[in-house]
Amino acid sequence: MKKSVFFGALTVAALAAGAAAAGTLDDVKARGKLNCGVTTGLVGFAAPDANGEWQGFDVGVCRAVAAAVLGDPSAVEFVPTTGKTRFTALASGEIDMLARNTTWTFSRDVDLKFEFVGVNYYDGQGFMVPKALGVSSAKELDGATVCIQTGTTTELNLADYFRTNNISYEPVPIETNAEAQPLYLEGACDVYTTDASGLAATRAAFENPADHVVLPEIISKEPLGPLVRHGDSEWGDVVRWSLNALIAAEELGVTSANIADMAAAAGNNPEINRLLGTEGTLGEMLGLDADWAKKAIMAGGNYGEIFEKNIGENTPIGLGRGLNAQWTDGGLLYVPPFR
Amino acid sequence: MSDTNTTPVAFVRDAMLQEQTPPVTAAGPVTWIKKNLFDGWFNTILTLLAIYFIYMIVSGAFPWFYNGVWTTNSLAECREILQGKTGGCFSVLTERWPQLLFGFKYPSEEYWRPTIAFFLLFFAAAPVLFNKLPRKMLIITAIFPFLAFWLIWGGSLLVPVMVAVGLIIGYVVFTKLEYQSFAMGLIGGIVATLVVWGLMGYITDPLSGVLALEQVPSRDMGGFMLNFILGVVCVSLSLPLGILLALGRQSDMLIIKWICVVFIEFIRGVPLITLLFVANVVLGYFLPPGSNFDLILRVIIMITMFSAAYIAEVVRGGLAALPKGQAEAAGSLGLDYAQSMRLIILPQALKISIPGIVNVAVGLFKDTVLVSVISMFDLVGMIRGPILASTEWNGVYWELWLAAVLFFFPICYGISQYSQWLERQLATGHR
Repeated sequence: MKKSVFFGALTVAALAAGAAAAGTLDDVKARGKLNCGVTTGLVGFAAPDANGEWQGFDVGVCRAVAAAVLGDPSAVEFVPTTGKTRFTALASGEIDMLARNTTWTFSRDVDLKFEFVGVNYYDGQGFMVPKALGVSSAKELDGATVCIQTGTTTELNLADYFRTNNISYEPVPIETNAEAQPLYLEGACDVYTTDASGLAATRAAFENPADHVVLPEIISKEPLGPLVRHGDSEWGDVVRWSLNALIAAEELGVTSANIADMAAAAGNNPEINRLLGTEGTLGEMLGLDADWAKKAIMAGGNYGEIFEKNIGENTPIGLGRGLNAQWTDGGLLYVPPFR
Repeated sequence: MSDTNTTPVAFVRDAMLQEQTPPVTAAGPVTWIKKNLFDGWFNTILTLLAIYFIYMIVSGAFPWFYNGVWTTNSLAECREILQGKTGGCFSVLTERWPQLLFGFKYPSEEYWRPTIAFFLLFFAAAPVLFNKLPRKMLIITAIFPFLAFWLIWGGSLLVPVMVAVGLIIGYVVFTKLEYQSFAMGLIGGIVATLVVWGLMGYITDPLSGVLALEQVPSRDMGGFMLNFILGVVCVSLSLPLGILLALGRQSDMLIIKWICVVFIEFIRGVPLITLLFVANVVLGYFLPPGSNFDLILRVIIMITMFSAAYIAEVVRGGLAALPKGQAEAAGSLGLDYAQSMRLIILPQALKISIPGIVNVAVGLFKDTVLVSVISMFDLVGMIRGPILASTEWNGVYWELWLAAVLFFFPICYGISQYSQWLERQLATGHR
């Protein structure tokens, strides 16, 4: 079998070399599956449940794109990636898009040659300390031992923050969020720092969450968003506008409950009509069906619904909308018009 | 003087005395305790300290096990039931048990397939491990790899059958040509096998539905099954490869020798985790985009190469320990190189190398958990990734890692006990 697999791989490789020039959108359509890179597991954002089905906020984006392109939210091959393998997986073409709570930074966008298509979660780095430590501000953390994930922007932000405030710290490097929890609880580090969403999720899992406080300082901007490879703008547009469709749907009041009625016939609001494909040719411009956005929204609901289901206030993670509210509600979600 | 011994000697006893139990002061549990545990003040202190520590550990751990919760659906429910008492939340094991065993993507209605393969493994391995068993059982061993592949990965039975046919034809050609020379037989055999495999595609493709099980792609393998597959396959492949490398390193033929030396030294000089990253990440750059060279196969190749290099050095130690006279004696009997190796040198050298080989094998089996860092979901990958990152089980640690220990320990301990038994069996020299 070894040999036949090998020859098979060679054949596939040769075929793929020919197909690679055709553009990711056509590849995905031909394959019938979207290869979407996700994390190997982050509470609320992506993790398989007891039945092996991937669930989570980032997973929702993958499913929406798959629904928009292929009409089937389950036509996704989830490729789990770690903080270290995610970019090579995308650059090598193993995955079509990466939705793995990845911070949009200059060097990743420009130097690593990726294209961030938007932001699905505005995060920021925070600190959590035990109440018993008696600390009320991050500036009092001089000399503290800090648990920090390696290979992430949080590591760099931490160094920057302590340097600008001229205080010292001792890093305790860890690999995953799951490893940080017992270390922090056992007192191996005084402080745990990661994105505020991660802190909230971690704290929610503690036996006595009230014994720990998240300090008020948010020391960085962490716009997390899906990304694709440079140089294939058509595909980038598809992913970007699939995400935008989810956000716009919430703004326009289109939910998974009323979308079937709204899309049945053109209504009074022309923007909704254009979004749902009952008016105009937006889908055609993207190279998709006219009802692409309708399928994307039906995959898991609009942005707000996905948020509430996976990380919202009624889940154990209990994140408020905060910066991730619509611009009309004082948040940062502001999508360009569908016109 | 001559009659001194003819008279019976009254003071020499002519019947054996009955065996008697030792006096109470020299036997019995009390004496044993006194002699072994309270022998002098220093040992008494040590004993008391040891008892104290054992008591602390047991009294600390017992409630955790005794109060353990087995039936809830999340950590929060566990805590509700325990109401602040000490107690393990073992429900994570019951709820995620299939995931720990098979990973989260192996279709649940097909779990019986790897399970059967697992039990067949015992029948296949037994005749190799215990030479007292009937030799006919080796047939199971020969069939097992193909059968297990079919069971675990699915697809048509014809594919593994055709692979096996190719190997058999190759072997037949080898035996036919071996009379002329070993090398010729080898080359002929390999060519014949490749030809059969090349033709195989024409037969299996149209008949892909024959005796087909549902196909499970490699990406869907996971859990302890993945560790086990990697461990078994890599150990059984790296042993012959390692022996060949060790022999090659001793060869008089310069090119072969240097290929082996460079291979061994290079692989041994690189950490396994680096090789795994190469397998996972860097190969992706070399292969054209979209191609997907089976990930498990890549990992198997890397781990096999790694442990083969180590086994080669262990076997070389065994070869070096043999006196030169053995090879010379074999030569003087008229045995050629292959015969003298097979009949004289290797049996002795391998016997010496057993502890080292087993050491490598146990290490390799445990090293299979390293694949979790290249985002494969083996046992450790499952625990670290999906289970600990699920909203329900975020925060359960001891229970899961304890389970992982209980998965690995019996197997590693079993391997080590087997090797000790084998050494005793083969200790012909000093009996």
